[in-house]
Amino acid sequence: MTSTTEREVGRARPRKEDAHLITGQTNWTDNIQAGGLLYMAFLRSPLAHARIERIDVAPALQRPGVVAAFTGADLADGLGSMPCVWPVTEDIVMPAHPPVAADEVRYAGDPVAVVVARDRYAAADALEAIEVDYEPLPPVLDLEGALAEDAPLVHADKGTNRCYVWPLRTGEEFDAVRERAEVTLKRRYHQQRLIANAMEPRAVAVTPVAASGEYTLYSSTQVPHIARLLLAGVTGIPENKLRVVAPDVGGGFGSKLQVYGEEAVALDVARRLGRPVKWTESRSEGYLATHQGRGMIQDVEIAATREGRLLGLKVDLLADMGAYLMLITPGTPLLGAFMYPGIYKMDSYEFTCTGVFTTRTPTDAYRGAGRPEATFAIERIMDDLAAELGVDPMELRRRNWIRHEEFPYTTVAGLTYDSGHYEAATDRALALFGYDELRAEQRKRAEGQDAVRLGIGVSTYTEMCGLAPSRVLRDLRYAAGGWEAASIRMLPTGKVEVVTGTSPHGQGHVTSWSQIAADVLGVPFEDVEVVHGDTRAAPQGMDTYGSRSLVVGGSAVHHAAVKVVEKARKVAAHLLEASEQDLDFADGVFSVKGSPEARRTIQEVAFATFTSHDLPEGLEPTINAEHLLDPDTFSYPHGTHLCAVEVDTETGQVRIRSYVCVDDVGRVVNPMIVEGQVHGGLAQGIAQALYEEAVYDDEGNLVSGTMADYLVPSAADLPDFVTDRTQTPATSNPLGVKGVGEAGTIASTPAVVNAVVDALRPLGVGDVRMPCTPERIWQAVREARS
Amino acid sequence: MIPPTFDYVRPASVEEAVRGLAEGGEEAKVLAGGQSLLPLLRLRLAFPELVVDVGRVAELRGVREDGDTLVIGALTTHHDVLRDPLVRRYAGLLAAATATVADPAVRHRGTLGGSLAHADPAGDLPAVALALDAELVAAGPGGRRTVPARDFFVDYLQSALAPDELLVEIRVPKAEGWGFHYEKFHRVAQAWAVVGVAALVRRDDGRVAEARIGLTNMGATPLRAAAAEAALAGAGDGQAVARAAEAAAEGTRPTRDTSASPEYREHLARVLTRRAVLAAAGMG
Amino acid sequence: MTHISVKVDGTTYEDEVEPRLLLVHYLRDRLGLTGTPVGCDTSNCGACTVDLDGESVKSCAVLAVQADGGEVTTVQGLARDGEWTALQRAFHERHALQCGYCTPGMIMAARDLLRDNPRPTPEEVRQGLEGNLCRCTGYQNIVRAVLAASGQEVTA
Repeated sequence: MTSTTEREVGRARPRKEDAHLITGQTNWTDNIQAGGLLYMAFLRSPLAHARIERIDVAPALQRPGVVAAFTGADLADGLGSMPCVWPVTEDIVMPAHPPVAADEVRYAGDPVAVVVARDRYAAADALEAIEVDYEPLPPVLDLEGALAEDAPLVHADKGTNRCYVWPLRTGEEFDAVRERAEVTLKRRYHQQRLIANAMEPRAVAVTPVAASGEYTLYSSTQVPHIARLLLAGVTGIPENKLRVVAPDVGGGFGSKLQVYGEEAVALDVARRLGRPVKWTESRSEGYLATHQGRGMIQDVEIAATREGRLLGLKVDLLADMGAYLMLITPGTPLLGAFMYPGIYKMDSYEFTCTGVFTTRTPTDAYRGAGRPEATFAIERIMDDLAAELGVDPMELRRRNWIRHEEFPYTTVAGLTYDSGHYEAATDRALALFGYDELRAEQRKRAEGQDAVRLGIGVSTYTEMCGLAPSRVLRDLRYAAGGWEAASIRMLPTGKVEVVTGTSPHGQGHVTSWSQIAADVLGVPFEDVEVVHGDTRAAPQGMDTYGSRSLVVGGSAVHHAAVKVVEKARKVAAHLLEASEQDLDFADGVFSVKGSPEARRTIQEVAFATFTSHDLPEGLEPTINAEHLLDPDTFSYPHGTHLCAVEVDTETGQVRIRSYVCVDDVGRVVNPMIVEGQVHGGLAQGIAQALYEEAVYDDEGNLVSGTMADYLVPSAADLPDFVTDRTQTPATSNPLGVKGVGEAGTIASTPAVVNAVVDALRPLGVGDVRMPCTPERIWQAVREARS
Repeated sequence: MIPPTFDYVRPASVEEAVRGLAEGGEEAKVLAGGQSLLPLLRLRLAFPELVVDVGRVAELRGVREDGDTLVIGALTTHHDVLRDPLVRRYAGLLAAATATVADPAVRHRGTLGGSLAHADPAGDLPAVALALDAELVAAGPGGRRTVPARDFFVDYLQSALAPDELLVEIRVPKAEGWGFHYEKFHRVAQAWAVVGVAALVRRDDGRVAEARIGLTNMGATPLRAAAAEAALAGAGDGQAVARAAEAAAEGTRPTRDTSASPEYREHLARVLTRRAVLAAAGMG
Repeated sequence: MTHISVKVDGTTYEDEVEPRLLLVHYLRDRLGLTGTPVGCDTSNCGACTVDLDGESVKSCAVLAVQADGGEVTTVQGLARDGEWTALQRAFHERHALQCGYCTPGMIMAARDLLRDNPRPTPEEVRQGLEGNLCRCTGYQNIVRAVLAASGQEVTA
């Protein structure tokens, strides 16, 4: 008899990760203690741009509890420039980026010195004793102004603020298409700068073993493997002497897809002092020192026929790099380059992105990274085009989207979407939303004198996940590959360890990977543990970002588990004295065809392999297996999001009345986790639409510089979401999964802004810049009326 | 995130507290609930040499009646204020506005006296104190003195308290039978009011007999919308209220920040005053 | 230095502390009770919420000396003999946490909310948690978990 294992994939399993998190038995980086631990604190530039005329840390050394203090010049012999691994063009301008500035500061927050003290209070106090004389230089803040001939320069030695120009031309010439188009629209959209606000501030701790030159770096990072490689380069510590651990990590959203100067400094200070050190940013410090997201001006032009058939799209981006190029700063806008045509068929596409240096905190990945910007632009201009043509925005989308029978479909941008069913997702969303009823109510209310208008916003999006085929990355000039690693260790007791190269920080990989492995191996879910986030325990990996983990890393787990079964089959056949072909494998049990009583569980096989008393001649005594998966292509989740807002035209206040989304993320491993990812994504996308912005003044100071000024919404500010799914499995991986980490963020921002504009369009308003603050809405209404 | 160093005393009585303040002089700060002071300390925006923690001065807590006046101890927490039956009965406006202050955890620690003494024009309660015609009682080395709310808020984050004075109680004339409403406009639940309007309305025969309007965040101090108050007298319907509310921003000098321009704040003051008065008068 | 005596999760501690020491740093750095994290420096995020004398407080907005003589309960003191509270169970079963950094504060705030209002409406839960920020969940499952812990039927 065999007991039938319930299929794990598809089950809403409560997470294995939760127990320690809900009881406070956590392992955040800031929790780490070590004998003789010292605390670091950074002094940061109060000015956006200045020359450091003089800096003296000696007075800080007089303060009680202070052990050491270093300027940028002091550290220069131990640390190289912080790396950027995505030189997107051959002639990209790549300035040096010292972890601590020595001569010139280029954004408010640029570190100029570090103090090391016996506790965090003493370290904070000592910062005030450091003396710095700055000679102010002109800030560079306006993206267009920065490109002018006579603009002041962020990096004077480079002679320009233009970092790169990256073009893409596909299909027909856009000029030709514009010529024959009956309707063309040009719009300028602004992607404001955003601060990720992972709830755990960044933190880093280093424990050195001076005698052997070995270092363990604990960091609140999404990318322990990438960090190890690059920090070895920056510090000169041999890679095999450097262990990087991502312990419990409290969210990232791209902001911890980074290798930071503070990590390098922590290693160098620990090396110089031979003592363990720790640094944790305060929230306000992080607002300056942790990379920001978005920051883009989008000039978009669309050409169509009078009937509303799209002909072509032209996109010109100015992307704010900030002061330095961090890990993938220049490439981030390009992650959207292929996505501007969205789910629509057209004949021509032109894209140009110009990267611009400014004297602000560097930008880099933020949830969605490039794809939210692309989706926003196409979905906004589709609504504007629908208004121009006088058709329902959903109808315009129907006329242009790829029909389900047309998959696989190669878009004008050159991507081949493998699967999808836009009609099904849309029909389901419209029904859940009550689209027709809401439109009727909207008409009725617009006829009356109600100051509160109803607006309906549509967003039919797709995105690319599963980063990434290494050959594609090569073509995009990214410095590394996009594979992912998994290995499975079958322990003698029958327990299973899955070792993954992904590095979760809230996504629930431990649970989902357990489900995947349990199904393939036919072992209980409870018998699987997942090891991650430690370069010693999980030595190979490309880490977690870009909704890649399940698609690439989860698939690698699947493949590794299949290999385990195949290796176990050889052993089982030997033990059962049968040929491999005569063995069935189901629910974790090998049995001989025709004689089901002759059986061995895979866990028994693991034990037999451990003892190795009776293995086939010449067989390696292990059924452990490893798989490195380099994906062939991307995956393409899609969905339809609908938002109804009530806009108070007197005050400009927006209230979200209902939000419905139907996402197609392919097959679902754990529906509860998937739903949670969508919820969180929606909250962040809505926050971009309505609330959040990193605001700088004319001097380049961040004025939304604390959590009291940068408006992260709370439960009281967000609605209940209605979420549902359709499923068209991805064809590019064995699990049929597409990725879900960013879908909500990508889709929701245009849905909300479209709804706001839809409410105001009858008043003559055609756009509201993000975030759609009450004042901006009030101004837009006022200008339209006058 | 790390407060600067300071000396600390924890007096057991008002007299001891005042002595402590007198010794500390200009460099002393009162710590009540700490919900305004601690954020300033953590961001190193304040560097007191001495912190006088009055949190254990029991006589400063609680609400009592004194004839036609409600007397609220300065150390009474927001949480206690908004649940107090006397406050709900005689100063419903205060309870309503207090319910909008920050969040439950902050309301457990933050105190009415602390909020008023902090004199932040963006705080919700100073404008309410103005609208209620409250009186604030300060204890100093020379004894106690009473300051009308309208004289208490001197400038941005500056009250009429001398460095050696402690706010001990807030005296609120009972306003039984008055309609009230606090209209707070903020961008997210936790954010400070962009503008707030505290309205207290006495009706007579279906008309507004008397209205008192306090404005939050419309200048360096909380303000009364005197012109609107005058115009509201006798207003008998929504249109009349709306006309009167047009005067709500007269005499205000709102600032510009990341949430609003002065012009927009003036507009909001007018709209919100109309709404607050209509709600307070039961005309909405 | 000021002498304090504080009972935390059932154990009484006597310590000399600097008056400026924040309660949250006292818990984390002096007592090693690192279950209570720090998420901001402006009292906005609520990650550090604990119970002080029966009321939720943000432990970054309380000095350790203010807690002298008081009784503190942190998330680490909730479970009894390994048995989770109804809220902890509900957070687990309803997937009300992802990265888990806001979770200690969120649970302590929700506990206070239910103590005040044992059967809240969804809207009351949302308002009651306005001082606790979460960046992962969009709050929806947190609201469901709190309702479930209150013994109410939760649809979807």
